[in-house]
Amino acid sequence: MNTEITGIIVTYGITLLLSIPLGRYIAKVFAGEKVWTDFLKPFEKLIYRLSGIDPTEEMNWKGHMKALLTISSLWLVYAFFALIFQDKLPLNPDHNPGQTPDLAFNTAISFLVNCNLQDYSGESGVTYFTQIFVLMFLHFVSAASAIAAMMVVYKGMKEKSVTTLGNFWDFFVKSITRFLLPGAVLIAIILAFNGTPASYKGKDTVITMQGDTTQVSRGPAAAMIAIKHLGTNGGGWFGANSAHPFECPNYLTYMLEMIAQVVIPIALIFALGFYLKKKRIAYVIFAVMTIGMFMFLIPTLQAEIKGNPAIEHMGINPANTAMEGKEVRFGVPATAYWSTVTTIISTGSANGAHDSYMPMTTAMQLMAMMANCFYGGCGAGFLNYYIFIIIAVFISGLMVGRTPEFMGHKVEAKEMKIASIAALLHPFLILSFTALASYVLVYHPDIHWAFQPKNWLGNPGYHGFSEMLYQNTSAAANNGSAMGGLTGNNIFWNVTTGIILLFSRFIPIIAPVAIAGIMAQKKYIPESAGTLKTDTGTFGLMTMAVILIIAALAFFPALALGPLAEFFSMK
Amino acid sequence: MKKYLLPSLRLTAVLLVLLCIIYPLFIAAVAKLAPGGGDGVTVTYKGKIVGYENIGQDFKSDKYFQPRPSAVGYNAAGSGASNKGPTNPDYLKSVQAAIDTFMVHNPGVNKTDIPAELVTASASGLDPDLSPAGAKIQVKRVAALRHISEQDLMKLVDEHTEKALLGIFGPAKVNVLKLNIALDEMKTN
Repeated sequence: MNTEITGIIVTYGITLLLSIPLGRYIAKVFAGEKVWTDFLKPFEKLIYRLSGIDPTEEMNWKGHMKALLTISSLWLVYAFFALIFQDKLPLNPDHNPGQTPDLAFNTAISFLVNCNLQDYSGESGVTYFTQIFVLMFLHFVSAASAIAAMMVVYKGMKEKSVTTLGNFWDFFVKSITRFLLPGAVLIAIILAFNGTPASYKGKDTVITMQGDTTQVSRGPAAAMIAIKHLGTNGGGWFGANSAHPFECPNYLTYMLEMIAQVVIPIALIFALGFYLKKKRIAYVIFAVMTIGMFMFLIPTLQAEIKGNPAIEHMGINPANTAMEGKEVRFGVPATAYWSTVTTIISTGSANGAHDSYMPMTTAMQLMAMMANCFYGGCGAGFLNYYIFIIIAVFISGLMVGRTPEFMGHKVEAKEMKIASIAALLHPFLILSFTALASYVLVYHPDIHWAFQPKNWLGNPGYHGFSEMLYQNTSAAANNGSAMGGLTGNNIFWNVTTGIILLFSRFIPIIAPVAIAGIMAQKKYIPESAGTLKTDTGTFGLMTMAVILIIAALAFFPALALGPLAEFFSMK
Repeated sequence: MKKYLLPSLRLTAVLLVLLCIIYPLFIAAVAKLAPGGGDGVTVTYKGKIVGYENIGQDFKSDKYFQPRPSAVGYNAAGSGASNKGPTNPDYLKSVQAAIDTFMVHNPGVNKTDIPAELVTASASGLDPDLSPAGAKIQVKRVAALRHISEQDLMKLVDEHTEKALLGIFGPAKVNVLKLNIALDEMKTN
C-alpha cells in the first residue's frame, strides 16, 4: 500500500492502542486508586501546602465553578499585562515590541480559554518570556482546568445522591502532575532530539550557500510544542505552527504530534467507562465520536488527494495538485488527516495552510468545529457531548413516553433549559458575529479605522466569506486554527473574536457542570425495566441525530454561502 | 470568590516555578545532548556554517537544484504561506506563470512531469525538501549547465533521497541544501 496512507492508518492505530491503558490510568488517578505514579504524592502535598489548599475539602458544583472562575480571572489579568509590557520584561533576545491592548486582549483570552487563535506571529509578536511564562503556562492550566471541570461531571454521573463532588484543586493539580507534565517532558525530549530548538538563544544570522544574509528564529520551542499538542491547545512557537520545519521536523515528529494531540481526548472517554465501571457507555460514546470523525475525514482525504482541478488543467503532473500550503515531508494525505483531527478536537494546530485547502476540506473543517464534540478538546470535548446526551435523553424519553432519566437521575425542565441554552449558544455566536462582520465589510468597507474592512480578506468571492465564517467558528469552538488570508490583527477582529472566546469557553463548561451538579443532588432511581437505556447503539444513534440536527442544520445556510458555493463553482 | 483568591494566587505562583522555570530549563539541559545541542542543527560547507538542516534556503541560480516557491522568500526570521484559495484567479495566474518560467529554464522536460510542489508555495515558506520527482526533473538542466552526466546526477539524487520512515510511513524526500552541497563537492572532485 501507498506509504502515505499506511502512515495515517498506523498513526491512528497507535493512538487507539495508547488511549485505552491511558484511560484506565486516568480513571484510577481520579478515583484515588493505586497507580505507579503515586510516588509523586509527597510532591503534590508540597504544592498544596505552598498554595494553602486542602485537597480533601469537598466542594459542590458552585464551589468548583467559583474556583475555576477566580483562578481564570487572575490568569487573564496576568496574561494581559505581561503581553502589553513584554518589551520591558527579560528574555527578549530578538527585541520584539509590546503588544497593542486589543491584540493583548485577544491573545490573553485566546490562550486562557484553550483556543489559541493567534493574531500575531510567534517570531515577532511575542518574547521568550511571554511564550514560556504566559502562553505555555496557559497551555498547561487551561487544559487542566477543563479536565477538572469534566471530572466534576464524571463524579456527578457516578454518585447516587450527593451535594458535593470532590475538590477542584485536587482534580486540577493531578491533571498536571500525573499526565500533562510527564507526557510533555517525554514529547519535548523526543522533539529536541529530532531537531526542534530547545535553548534560549535568540535569532541566528547565517550566510547561505548563495551568499544571502538571513536570520533564523529559534528559542526554547520544544517544551511549548509538546504541551501545545498534549493539552489540545494548538498555539505554536512559530508563525507557521507545525508546518514550520523546526516545530515539526520530520515524519516521526508528525506521528508524535498527531498522537499527542488526540490521545488524551480519546483516553478521557475510555476513562469514563473505567471510572463509572460502565464500560458499555464509553464504547457507545467512542463509537459515535469515531463515526463522526470518519464522516469528516473521508471527504477531506478524497478532496485533497484528488487535488485542484484548475491546476490539473494547466497540464502538469496531476498528482498532488493540492500542494499549495503543504510541506513535502508530510505530503498531502497526512496533512489532510491532521486537518480533520485538529478541527474535531479543539487543538487548532496546523501543519498546512488552511486557507489553501480544497473547498470540500474547508466545509469539513468548519462542520467539525461546528459539532465540536467528536473526541473534542481535553475535557471540553466530553462536556459538549454531555449536553447533547442530555438533550437526546430528553427527546427519546418523550418519544417513548418514559420519564427521561440519565444515570439514575431525572432530567427535568431546569436541566433541559440549561442544556438548550448551551447548545444554541454555539450557532448563535458564530452566525451573528459572521453576519456582523459581513455587514461591516459590505456597507462600511472604507470606514475610518486604522485597518479598513475592505482589506480584511485574503481571497475574493465565496472563499473570502469562508475566511470570516472560519475565524468566528474557530473562536467559538475554542479551536484556534485560522484561514491565514484573513487579517485578524485589528481592533474589529481582536475584539469580536475575544468576546466570542469568553462566552464560548465558560458557558459550555459551567452548563454541564451545573446540570451534573443539580442531577447528582436528586433522588437516585435504580434502573428498572422502564428505564431508557443510554448505553445502547440505538441511543448512540439518537445522540448522533441530535448533534447533526443542531450542528448541521443550523449552519447549513452559512456553509452553502461559503465552501459549498466555492465547491460547486470549481471547474 | 474571596475564599478562592488567595489559594489561586499562591497556586499560580507555584505552578509558574514548576511549569515555566523548571520544566523548560530541564528540557533545554537534556537537549544539550541532542544533535545541535538544542540550538538547531546547522550544516557546514568548507568550514563555514551555511544554514540549518531543517530550514530551507533559496537557490536562484539554475546551476543548483531549486527549492519550492516561498511566500516569505526563505527569510527564516518569520514563516508563512501564501494563504491563497484554490479558486482565486490571481493565484491561478501565478501558478501558470510559475509553470511557464519553469519550462523556459528547463528546456526539454515534459510539462506533464512537473510535480505540483515546484509551482506551489509551501505552508511554512521554509520547506527544506523536495520530493524525489521534484529533484529529478531538474537534473537535465543542472547537468547541462555543469557539464556532468545526467546518470551521475540521478545517482546523486538517489543517494540523497531519504526514504519513508522505516520504509513504510510517509513520503520520501530530498533535502535541497544537502543535495546542493554534494553537488558542489562533486565538481571539486
